[in-house]
Amino acid sequence: MNSIPLSQILIVSTGLFFIGMYGLFTRRNMITMLMAIELILNSVNINFVAFNKYLYPDKLDGIFFTIFIITIAAAEAAVAIAIIINLYRNHHSIDAEDAGEMRF
Amino acid sequence: MPGYLYTLLIPILPLATFLVLGLFGRKRLDDAAGIIGTITLLAASIFALVTAFNYFSAGKVNGVYQQVIAVKYTWLQFSPNVSIDMGILLDPISVMMIVIVTFISLMVHVFSLGYMKAEGRLAAYYAFLSLFTFSMLGLVLSSNIFQLYIFWELVGVSSYLLIGFYFDKPSAVAASKKAFIVTRFADLGFLIGILILALNAETLDFRILIERLTNTQSSWSLAITGASFMGLSALTWGLVLVFAGGAGKSAMFPLHIWLPDAMEGPTPVSALIHAATMVVAGVYLVARLFPVFVTDGAALNIVACVGAFSALFAAIIACTQTDIKRVLAYSTMSQIGYMMFALGVSKYGGESGLGYMASMFHLFTHAFFKSLLFLGAGAVIHMVHSNEIKGMGGLRKLMPVTHTSFLVACLAIAGIPPFAGFFSKEEILTAAFHANKFIYSIGLFVSGLTAFYMFRLYFSIFWRKEANVHNPHGEGTATMKLPLIVLTAGTLLAGFVPFSKYISSDGAPLETHVDWVFSIAPVALAALAILLAAALYKKENDKAEKIAATLGGLYQSAYKKFYIDEIYLFITKKIIFNCIGRPAAWIDKNIVDGLMNGIASATEKTAGFIKGIQSGKIQNYTLYFFGGIAGLTVMVIYLWK
Repeated sequence: MNSIPLSQILIVSTGLFFIGMYGLFTRRNMITMLMAIELILNSVNINFVAFNKYLYPDKLDGIFFTIFIITIAAAEAAVAIAIIINLYRNHHSIDAEDAGEMRF
Repeated sequence: MPGYLYTLLIPILPLATFLVLGLFGRKRLDDAAGIIGTITLLAASIFALVTAFNYFSAGKVNGVYQQVIAVKYTWLQFSPNVSIDMGILLDPISVMMIVIVTFISLMVHVFSLGYMKAEGRLAAYYAFLSLFTFSMLGLVLSSNIFQLYIFWELVGVSSYLLIGFYFDKPSAVAASKKAFIVTRFADLGFLIGILILALNAETLDFRILIERLTNTQSSWSLAITGASFMGLSALTWGLVLVFAGGAGKSAMFPLHIWLPDAMEGPTPVSALIHAATMVVAGVYLVARLFPVFVTDGAALNIVACVGAFSALFAAIIACTQTDIKRVLAYSTMSQIGYMMFALGVSKYGGESGLGYMASMFHLFTHAFFKSLLFLGAGAVIHMVHSNEIKGMGGLRKLMPVTHTSFLVACLAIAGIPPFAGFFSKEEILTAAFHANKFIYSIGLFVSGLTAFYMFRLYFSIFWRKEANVHNPHGEGTATMKLPLIVLTAGTLLAGFVPFSKYISSDGAPLETHVDWVFSIAPVALAALAILLAAALYKKENDKAEKIAATLGGLYQSAYKKFYIDEIYLFITKKIIFNCIGRPAAWIDKNIVDGLMNGIASATEKTAGFIKGIQSGKIQNYTLYFFGGIAGLTVMVIYLWK
């Protein structure tokens, strides 16, 4: 049960976080950026679950946070996709660089 | 004592006319404007006559006319003691003035019905006339020196509007600006004078002010005479500055330069404003504060000297001018000089107050004959379409009514008995004779000059040569002749009013009688001057030119109005513009504007730098966001103690 040490789980989640960060900064496609954000959120989820499991096994707070975050991520995805669809209707593109009208 | 609440209607009626014509006149009432203005003014003058009748028959207590506050409303309360009131003060001179103002204004309205018929913008014209009448009535009825000042400025504004009525004529625009600026400049002195008097007397109300400052033992009087500046007491300064305002409005030397130019306005307007009403406001102001002036000999001497000098100065210029209205303008200035020096030589109360009464009497009679002269001049200008007397001549057969009325007015102003001017001028000369022989001799000489230049005008217009004017409309409409006839009657009768019974310096009736022996000198001088004018101007000849050529430089400088305008222009353009205006403009352009421009460009540069951050690239924003979070995290971890 405890064969996997906490540090390895944290390495995975940190890796996941920075993969998400990298995607967010380098991609111009809004869908890809959204996916990158999901990766970041999930790395945080892993952290919550891992810390809950290893440090406070008799409590459920971390699990609850994880469920919250999943719910929020779902809502966020719905909103973000709605924005992206509207952006596509107006610009015929979902490239973040093309939506620059609000620039100074 | 009867209530005088109805006197409120006298100024309110012209105000209502002004509002109605000013707001709705242009579209709907252009044709009816004259009728509306005339009818409301007729009502106002009836009220004024009723007021005069009631006041002079019932206003006496113990044989002295009392000052009556008919209406009083506290407008601005500065402190428990000092407030600006809006009120109506009735006393002999204000009652006399409302009668004159409404009557002359009515005559001018009637005359304008014919004279202005061919002009456009009649609603505006009558609206301005009503505004002027309202402000002038408000001025004379003021119970408070600040109220008087407010109406004083209103009179200035309406005069500005009326002088500039032909605003498509550049000379009229320049004249209206000149009149406004010169009188405004004088009003600055007036305002400072008001402040000096009011600050020391701690009131603005005329009655209390006079009461406090004339009682030489009161603390207020001691305070104001005790303080001094440059060797003159604060009281003298206050009174002289107030008089400066009056001198500006009354066109006294050296603030007279606007009056001749103001003749650019329509002629009926000149008859109303620049002959009978507004220009005597300065005389009225001095008369209103007369008890205070009397306590200060220096201020009163200045009034007398300025008046006498202006009378002489203007009379000399009037002899050389060739524009019919300008001659009349200088004649007005000269006659107002008479009124001023009559006040200046007067004392308070009883027989020694003769000058005061004479001044008011001359104001009264002058209103009739001078507005008659102006309206007559208006009729002549209407006929020949020119102001220059060179183009006139022989009009007596073509314009019998105008001719007769003009002759009567000329005789009146020349002081020939039994016309109105004779009586008032005799009183003035008598008062001057008893007070100051030098001023008397000036007055005597000026009365001769007056007769000369008026009859020069008369003979040049109506005799000299055969008329070569062919004008289909003849002498003018009935509405133009009627005021001439009414005013001629006024000129004939005004001298017989037992004026001293009603108006005197202290309110008590004064017995005056014409001293026939004393009158011989001025009347003989006037008759001689008339004969001289007849010899020079009745037949076409070159005697006048020869005399002018002999006088040479003197004639030229009088013809050029003694270069006063040029001196003013030199002072303003060369000295004030170059020494004060240009440095001020440089400071404004380089330092004030430079500071503002510097701030603006610094802001712009900063903004240009900051707006680079707003790149519109979402990744940049995210970078800042996460960078911020990372920074905060570092701060929390390492700096949080």
